[in-house]
Amino acid sequence: MTTRSRARRTPLALAAMAATLPLLATACAGAGGGGGGDGERTVTIATVANPQMQDIEKLSARFEEDHPDINLDFVILPENELRDRVTQDIATQAGQYDVVTIGTYETPIWAENGWLAPLDEYASDPAYDVDDILTPVREALSYEDTMYAAPFYGESSFLMYRKDLFAEAGLTMPEQPTWQQVADFAAKLDDPASDTAGICLRGLPGWGEVLAPLNTMILTFGGQWYDENWNAKLTSPETKEAVQFYVDLVREHGQPGAPNAGFSECLTAMGQGNAAMWFDATVAASSLEDPKNSKVAGKIGYAPAPVMETEKSGWLWAWSLAIPETSQQKDAAWEFISWATSKEYMKLVGNELGWTRVPPGSRQSTYEIPEYQQAAEAFAEPTLNAIQNVDVRQPGVHPQPWVGVQYVAIPEFQDLGTTVSQEISAAIAGRQSVDEALTKAQRYAEQTATEGGYRK
Amino acid sequence: MSPTTTTAPEAAVPERGQADVRTVPHRRRRRFRPRHPGVAFAAWAAAAVFFSPVLWMFLTGFKQESQASTDPPTFFFVPTLDQYRAILGRDFTPYFLNSVSASVFSTILVIILATPAAYALSIAKIPRWRDSLFFFISTRMMPAVAIILPLYIIAKNVGVLDNVTMLALVYTVMNLPIAVWMIRSFLVEVPKEVLEAARIDGATFGVEIRRVILPMIAPGLAATALICFIFAWNEFFFAVSLTATQAATVPVFLVGFITSEGLFWARLSAASTMAALPVIIAGWVAQKWLVRGLSLGAVK
Repeated sequence: MTTRSRARRTPLALAAMAATLPLLATACAGAGGGGGGDGERTVTIATVANPQMQDIEKLSARFEEDHPDINLDFVILPENELRDRVTQDIATQAGQYDVVTIGTYETPIWAENGWLAPLDEYASDPAYDVDDILTPVREALSYEDTMYAAPFYGESSFLMYRKDLFAEAGLTMPEQPTWQQVADFAAKLDDPASDTAGICLRGLPGWGEVLAPLNTMILTFGGQWYDENWNAKLTSPETKEAVQFYVDLVREHGQPGAPNAGFSECLTAMGQGNAAMWFDATVAASSLEDPKNSKVAGKIGYAPAPVMETEKSGWLWAWSLAIPETSQQKDAAWEFISWATSKEYMKLVGNELGWTRVPPGSRQSTYEIPEYQQAAEAFAEPTLNAIQNVDVRQPGVHPQPWVGVQYVAIPEFQDLGTTVSQEISAAIAGRQSVDEALTKAQRYAEQTATEGGYRK
Repeated sequence: MSPTTTTAPEAAVPERGQADVRTVPHRRRRRFRPRHPGVAFAAWAAAAVFFSPVLWMFLTGFKQESQASTDPPTFFFVPTLDQYRAILGRDFTPYFLNSVSASVFSTILVIILATPAAYALSIAKIPRWRDSLFFFISTRMMPAVAIILPLYIIAKNVGVLDNVTMLALVYTVMNLPIAVWMIRSFLVEVPKEVLEAARIDGATFGVEIRRVILPMIAPGLAATALICFIFAWNEFFFAVSLTATQAATVPVFLVGFITSEGLFWARLSAASTMAALPVIIAGWVAQKWLVRGLSLGAVK
């Protein structure tokens, strides 16, 4: 009985579903696919999910109100997926994106490939005030003296430390600490009984993870990845000393689980009061000073990046907006970029979302806004100083054949850096010695320089 | 695929044996009596192990970011809807509709195409049916990453990048071999005698399919459809590679919360819970059918 009744119902139901659903599919495709005609321009923006970018998406309605003829579409992806997607899109000339979010690493490489539209002509508009952009950031975003990306926010690195723990232990942070002093502080403040690590340092593999602080440290110790003639220098005594110092420091007085700790893990450790010091990106400060997510708001002091052989140290990174050459809407894309990186945008964020959320490290004028000075009192000045002290052309003791600090600005570095970072991470985990790690790293680096045709 | 029908009962048998050996070895002589408590316990323990990450995801979605990333983990907290509010602040609907369209459309297409193919490979066996069966599954042996570039370039040249219909077609192709294998395994179970009886009664080919075969394998079709739906719903690689703004699906929406410069576990968990809900509901609705589909082999 039941079989028979089902026999009638099933094919009918299936047929009905089959008939309606393709309609639904086309209806959706139709609804989503509009927005092109009648002089209306759609600007597609590929971006990363960092907090400041999420703020842009929130405020984008304001832009669309002021520019009724421009529609904004956002594609938000994690850093690595974004890099893959955008590279694929540009290399195949698909032209799906009008604005892409890239860093200081990609900008000169992509500009050299002819993938990015030059911005000088656009940016020369006096209202945009391009000279207000911090010099090291602008230099890092230029190729052959032409600007190819506009900074949305910039960062350097500094040392964050718990003022209360330092006071309790009777320690004073010098105005410009050295790495040796930092290691001594870490030894004194390391307290497993109260779950407090002496210092948090990244150990997670990835060229954007462990290598950022480590390369900065290598540079101030007088080491380097390559000399001026692209000879790999990863086993030089200075580089070895720096890496050994880093690995020893994080193994002896660093956070538990160091080989798996990246920026987010250290942010959590520091924010939950489980670390006495943290050497990392200046943008971490606004998260640490947010009482909603941090137990240590108001207790953090900020010191310049520790040094050894150089006078100053610290890396440089800027998440920036660029226009791919393949874009069909370059003028509209610039309208958006100039809005998102303008002085007015900083004020808009401050008034609408709160002054601590203003994108830092891109414009001098941001640091002259009284409300921002007040809200970001603890970290505004140290951040600005850190960025302005960076020499992107020669950040270390020796000259280098590329512009940039915590990376080697060649396309092969994504692979090379990732491979080397895995060796370093293994040394932090104690699976091999620093010598073993660096011997392998040196071999990879030599191979890259030869195969890439850099070494003459 | 045959494992769904055959391995389920098979897996249950050794598991019962293991439970015997491990938990009650000294009672071996009573092996003909049912051992419900041990088996039930093992089943519940396995279910708990499999379910715990889902539960943890669900709970994490109601935490503040700082609570979501503590070490040791936070078990007691005041639940908050902040994360859900933030997610709904980003327009979730288009992603959701894209996922529904791509998954449902591709699933229907898969069932419509796979059923006759499976019929030709089981009941009306075509010559060299073994080879074609293997040929079907061999298309799944190449990793997706190996075909993405040609696929991308073709899509670009045809002008269907960032298009839901394109994505649905890709998912159809992706799920078709599995569906053919699964449906075939159900069709093989249809007793020959039943078909012969129908033919003697004068049933035409169409009637045989509609009135005899389809009702018997309907639970199997439901199980196949659910599996295809889940695969299409959860698919990330093609979705992220072939779409941009118009056709992006829920998994692409999800990863948009991952950031290298901030905490994101609570928000990602909340978004994942929302993304998993339709599949859970579909699975729950199909549950009754699924069980019947999985035990279809018992017809014999």
